[in-house]
Amino acid sequence: MKLAVCINHVPDTAAKISIAGDGKSIDKTGITFVLNPYDEFAIEECLRLKEKYTGEVIAISLGGDAHKETLRKALAMGVDKAVLLKDDSRRDSYTVAHGLAGYLKEISPDIIFFGKQSVDVDDAAVGTMVAEILGLPSVSVVLKLDISNGAAIAEREIEGGKEKVQTTLPAVFTAQKGLNEPRYPSLKGIMAAKSKPIEEKVPVAIQPKTEIITMHRPPSKKSGKILGTDVTTVSELVKLLHEEAKVI
Amino acid sequence: MKFLAVIEQRDNKLKKSSFEVINTAQSIAQQLNGEVIALVIGNKVQDLSREIQGLGVSKTIVVQQPRLEKYSSTAYPKIISEVAKQEQVSVILLPATAFGKDCAPRLAIKLEAGLAADCISLKVEGSEILATRPMYAGKVLADIKINSAIKIFTLRPNVFAAGSSTGAQSDGEVVDIPLTESDFASIVVETSQITGKLDVAEANIIVSGGRGMKGPENFKMLEDLAQVLGGAVGASRAVVDAGWRPHSEQVGQTGKTVSPSLYIAVAISGAIQHLAGMSSSKYIVAINKDKDAPIFQSADYGIVADAFEIVPALTKEIQKLTGR
Repeated sequence: MKLAVCINHVPDTAAKISIAGDGKSIDKTGITFVLNPYDEFAIEECLRLKEKYTGEVIAISLGGDAHKETLRKALAMGVDKAVLLKDDSRRDSYTVAHGLAGYLKEISPDIIFFGKQSVDVDDAAVGTMVAEILGLPSVSVVLKLDISNGAAIAEREIEGGKEKVQTTLPAVFTAQKGLNEPRYPSLKGIMAAKSKPIEEKVPVAIQPKTEIITMHRPPSKKSGKILGTDVTTVSELVKLLHEEAKVI
Repeated sequence: MKFLAVIEQRDNKLKKSSFEVINTAQSIAQQLNGEVIALVIGNKVQDLSREIQGLGVSKTIVVQQPRLEKYSSTAYPKIISEVAKQEQVSVILLPATAFGKDCAPRLAIKLEAGLAADCISLKVEGSEILATRPMYAGKVLADIKINSAIKIFTLRPNVFAAGSSTGAQSDGEVVDIPLTESDFASIVVETSQITGKLDVAEANIIVSGGRGMKGPENFKMLEDLAQVLGGAVGASRAVVDAGWRPHSEQVGQTGKTVSPSLYIAVAISGAIQHLAGMSSSKYIVAINKDKDAPIFQSADYGIVADAFEIVPALTKEIQKLTGR
């Protein structure tokens, strides 16, 4: 079974984000970048499928040289091969999807995994876009996956419940937290990853469809009032919520 | 200029987010001298079209057949894009729900259209539509312009105003979109819904608990409070990682980003990745023993006290008011 997992290199969720001087991108100074948290579940699922059915897992990332660090993490977790689609230009989800799809078409995997969203842009779009470009079915926000007889049954999260989805293979899946428990890279894996080659390719270049005009900070809250320090303040709180805020 | 408002229905009931999508489409269309066409897909959904027509759209298109009873991530986007082409629409709006987030990327590719996902504001500037959407879980907001001929927007639930019925009573137009077997390569075979459970992403009031709740058994008091408020229970990452609550309730950067009208943070200290996910709530109440907890910086009203004392008293007090 050929498994591909597309991964991204993103600011750590604990990072404070500030806006760069151009007013339309973030200031990367001092920010730690990590493997996108949802992609860890995607890598883990591919490794488990490989362990069950044999095959190979290829990790792919589109971006600048810095993405090699994240590809090394995937190698350390146990993927067989890492490919950097090297590109430093500004891309939106549409152009990232086309860049990834171009390479995926060449290698035609049986299963393609993504994290359900990248915690930088938060579009939650690239995985499903890739499926559409490749003419493949997809299941997004997957919590459980069973493969048998060339087909898959996946559970996906919906508001207040779950959907069980049946799909033919090859297919694209996007992983939600809870799909599995991602492994930590072993020391041996980390050492081995250092010397493994990262293949570099150039992705297709196309025009983005969207443009960031400006970035701004969310309106900051005025620090609110501390109403009190014991149970007697409860009635005041309820009164404020009812009469001042009018939310209850 | 034609706008297509894609309606989400479940079990032949319109979702609240659909009212928000229609109303937003109408308000933008009005400013650009456009008209709004609504599209509803499902099985035997024609009756819904009367309700949608009542919201004052210029036309409602109904695509229905038994196999469309449940969602298909292959068939539904095909239908939407075919209708968009037939009607020559320039703007498509969908709710940013599990349904809309799954359809929109496919539409973007099919129609070579730019997508602004999970928007929290749309406004007209000149002849352009400018979308504001959160990035980095809301740590920054970006104003986005779409440069393609067709533009797709998904709207975050609970942020945009929902329209109300004008009382119009006409039927939608049933349109046949031919589908083949391969259009159902992926299809929902079963839906398990926890009855009566409100999702945090859709709730107007959220009562969230953090590690200070000390254990899963103590969330009962938050459930009680949520119930009298008609809201949903949320949780911090620490609580979800400890296995006390399901991930579907997690609020924050690796959970859900929410904007309810009232967010009550109970025994949550307020880590940056949690604050990012909820700070756009209209009103925030923090209840925490630690007066230095960062959550108080974001809260409109705070009580520095033991949650175990405050929450039951708060539930009782609100019950008096709401009678729930």
